[in-house]
Amino acid sequence: MSLQYVGLKEINGPLVVLDKVKNASYDEVVEIRLDSGEVRTGRIVEIHGEKAVIQVFEGTEGLSLQNTKTQLTGHSLEIALSPQILGRVFSGAGRPIDNLGEIHATKFEDINGRPINPVSRVYPRNYISTGISSIDCLATLIRGQKLPIFSGSGMSHNKLAVQIVKQAKIGDGEDFCIVFAAMGVQNDVADYFKRSFEEAGVMSNVVMYLNLASDPIVERILTPRCALTAAEYLAYELGKHVLVIMTDMTSYCEAVREFSSSKGEIPARKGFPGYLYSDLASLYERAGIIKGKNASVTQIPILTMPNDDITHPVPDLTGYITEGQIVLDRALDNQGIFPPVAVLPSLSRLMKDGIGAEYTREDHSPVANQLFASYAQVQDARSLASVIGEEELSDSDKKLMVFGREFEKRFLNQGDSQNRTIEETLDLAWELLSILPKQDLDRIEGSLIEKHYREQVFEEFNRG
Amino acid sequence: MNTIFSINGPVVKVLNTKTFSMGEMVYVGKKRLMGEVISISDKETTIQVYEETSGLFPGEEVISTGSPISLTLGPGIISNIYDGVQRPLGDIEQISGAFIANGLEVSPLPVDKEWDVTVLVHEGDELVPGQIIATCPETSSIVHKIMVPPTLSGKAGKVAPSGKYTIRDTLLTLIDEKGQEHPIGLTQKWPIRTPRPSKSRLPISRPLITGQRILDTMFPIAKGGAAAVPGGFGTGKTMTQHQIAKWCDADLIIYIGCGERGNEMTQVLEEFGSLVDPKTGRPLTDRTVLIANTSNMPVAAREASIYTGITLAEYYRDMGYHVAIMADSTSRWAEALREISGRLEEMPAEEGFPAYLPSRIATFYERAGYMVNLNDTEGSITIIGAVSPQGGDLSEPVTQNTKRFVRCFWALDKSLAYARHYPAINWTTSYSEYLDDLRDWYNANLGERFLRYRARIVTLLQEEAQLLEIVKLIGADVLPDDQKLIIEIAKLIRTGFLQQNAFHKEDTYVPLEKQLEMMRCIWYLYKKALLVVNERHIPVTAIAKTGLFDKINKMKYDIENDRLDKFDALRQEIDQTLAAMD
Repeated sequence: MSLQYVGLKEINGPLVVLDKVKNASYDEVVEIRLDSGEVRTGRIVEIHGEKAVIQVFEGTEGLSLQNTKTQLTGHSLEIALSPQILGRVFSGAGRPIDNLGEIHATKFEDINGRPINPVSRVYPRNYISTGISSIDCLATLIRGQKLPIFSGSGMSHNKLAVQIVKQAKIGDGEDFCIVFAAMGVQNDVADYFKRSFEEAGVMSNVVMYLNLASDPIVERILTPRCALTAAEYLAYELGKHVLVIMTDMTSYCEAVREFSSSKGEIPARKGFPGYLYSDLASLYERAGIIKGKNASVTQIPILTMPNDDITHPVPDLTGYITEGQIVLDRALDNQGIFPPVAVLPSLSRLMKDGIGAEYTREDHSPVANQLFASYAQVQDARSLASVIGEEELSDSDKKLMVFGREFEKRFLNQGDSQNRTIEETLDLAWELLSILPKQDLDRIEGSLIEKHYREQVFEEFNRG
Repeated sequence: MNTIFSINGPVVKVLNTKTFSMGEMVYVGKKRLMGEVISISDKETTIQVYEETSGLFPGEEVISTGSPISLTLGPGIISNIYDGVQRPLGDIEQISGAFIANGLEVSPLPVDKEWDVTVLVHEGDELVPGQIIATCPETSSIVHKIMVPPTLSGKAGKVAPSGKYTIRDTLLTLIDEKGQEHPIGLTQKWPIRTPRPSKSRLPISRPLITGQRILDTMFPIAKGGAAAVPGGFGTGKTMTQHQIAKWCDADLIIYIGCGERGNEMTQVLEEFGSLVDPKTGRPLTDRTVLIANTSNMPVAAREASIYTGITLAEYYRDMGYHVAIMADSTSRWAEALREISGRLEEMPAEEGFPAYLPSRIATFYERAGYMVNLNDTEGSITIIGAVSPQGGDLSEPVTQNTKRFVRCFWALDKSLAYARHYPAINWTTSYSEYLDDLRDWYNANLGERFLRYRARIVTLLQEEAQLLEIVKLIGADVLPDDQKLIIEIAKLIRTGFLQQNAFHKEDTYVPLEKQLEMMRCIWYLYKKALLVVNERHIPVTAIAKTGLFDKINKMKYDIENDRLDKFDALRQEIDQTLAAMD
């Protein structure tokens, strides 16, 4: 039986200070027993000699300097793992909250994980078909990738994530599972995901870690770590292909900021701590594939950009770590286009090695490049049209305007139930590109144009 | 015994001790975590720990090593992949599997490997600092030269004959003027934060040829120079660095992945193993050292990784090699400084960065240069540092302070990247101050016309920029035909010349001669078409319909790098097509 420490020295936000502690180690977990019998958990985040600063996961409400007994556990924060975690719902700190009882753990793992040795990684190349044209064609998701969705409040990012889950062919058959981490989201959002998983019939392959908007922020900092530890276990121990959905990363970062400021740390940009980059990296970098294992961890973090500002620290730092991003656009959303993917800033860094003749189709890469280039020209034509009027535009600019409208109407806007194969998507892309004159397709080699360009479409659109 | 008093992230403090010296390497705790002393007062000594401090107890011992944090320099460095403090990641994998464990001690160099050493000195020879005493082939492209450490000189005592040796063997004993004996083997140690000395600095005179048109032609970097590549996420910093690392004409590449993505390092590992160096015909890994401190590896080691890289570079420069360093990204290094500084509760300057940020950046870039080494060989270090500005805003402190200390600035542009115009280097905001220094080299090796064509192309692009201002307001249709032609030709320069496809087998690397021919062809088309427009009053749209522009646009793919004769035919075709118009 280890020592119990009676009382506290200081309480400040989610932090408490314990004095005259012996044998406390950095990052160790402690149990705080209140006089009422309630037990809370905390973690040592700073040590100064015999003084230990403890972060209390459940918050410090109701604690006083006298009514507690604190006990050290001797290990850092671990969660219980076993194959039975599939289908279960846990709190943000990893405790079961679905009234189905405790997990019979076959293993305990430290939630902080350890960095993957770059030498042991396998470069991700296998493409995941999501059935969504704008993603499959323009920002292809690759198995083992971390590809976030940058959204804004009120946009349909959750619907998009659910559609990806429903349609994605991530693994073959039962080797596939989903880990869902909710950080600071409303109750009905968590419910929406749960219901959608049930409708899709995948709930038995889902593990959920829920920290809702009203739950303590310290627990929110643990939520993605618990989820990723479970994901790594499912992947590297049980050999599954795991898709991790984490929403909302902005709430997570705000929790980190709140915690940092209560520790009295020096802020960097917009009050976020200087280590936010490293902190986010320690989550995102847990995606990947390891040599010699037929398993992978793919991440789709979702974040809402405050005020739709992509230069805000959260999307900015995320973009520097993740392998691309899918950006949603307010204007497209308002037009009722679903999914409202803003094509130009969206990007998948791993796409170049996971597409082409071997994986999708030989014309995939040039077609995607051409769509990007032409759609960028559409934006120029539109801004010109807003000054001089569409009537005054040159012929080629007018064609671009038509192309832009058709592209948004037919390519981007596909609704939440349509599941397009990559062939269908690329054929549709050719049909749209054929609105433009052949010689304007400067990103595509002549032989491919000869093979796929549709003269009759061009004539149809340029008859009048 | 010195023991840990406080622990806060990677920062550990020890109370009331005078045994440590600044910059000294220490081992922290039972797990023997690597650390470095970063501040000392009579009350407390502060140590930054290069590994995860989770599970550390106050009261655990801190062991002094008496020497600053140093690298082991010797054969076996090339083709290796190291973490930020020179531990080979391959060996770490052997010990701890796919996930990196704490407190591992591994030799930076292969201990048992036998090297084929040719000894160049004899007993009784006078030895000077930096002198090359032996050589051994390190990889198929690099001969390793074993040198007298820069701090030693004297007479050669007993000298071993040429033969096979490991890094544990002694080649000779050096007897200094005090009569003290120093055994010299294949390796030497050098502290990472101290620049290795050299005899003198030479003026910049030779370009680092990269085979990338926008770099070689528009904004060249010199051997011994320093360049910065700033750009928001997704603008292609890493791709630009990869392209330079693959194709530039340096003898040796040191690629520092500082706080970047793990998968990117894996990609470099896989790709470089299968690519062939155009100069030597050997695999690229035979001339590459990788330093991988990914963003989830400990932050203090990230800070050290930049210095590890540059010290390795200086060691090979001392052998007379031309070394190019890719540092991706220096912003992560600056952020590591900020993070440590924050933990030390130092007074922040701009955006939380410490006040010493500019001086740290300056000392790093100043280690670049074209040098005469102590042994009278010549070698150079070229630094190409990526900068990841927060929010893509180039006015932030890291970009601004870097700009002051580099003479070549390749600004990556978000809107170019959005249109998938790669490399997305903006031709109006980028610059290279090396152009004047390299003028003689270009004139001597490619003739004066190279820079003449360059100047013409720059002028056309500038004129286009002005015209586009007008077009934005009133549309292109109202411009007179000669101005429309400028717009068309400038578009050709942008898409046909500046844009370069890294994934196309001909276009990924383009020799200077072909760059020259391409510029010449574009200019030729411009001059001929201008005549047609001005004298025969044929509209530009009619010329566009002939498909000539399209043809020139695709010359980068259609004309192979070794078939420059095809450019004559292309110019003839321009003549014939234009002549045939009515």
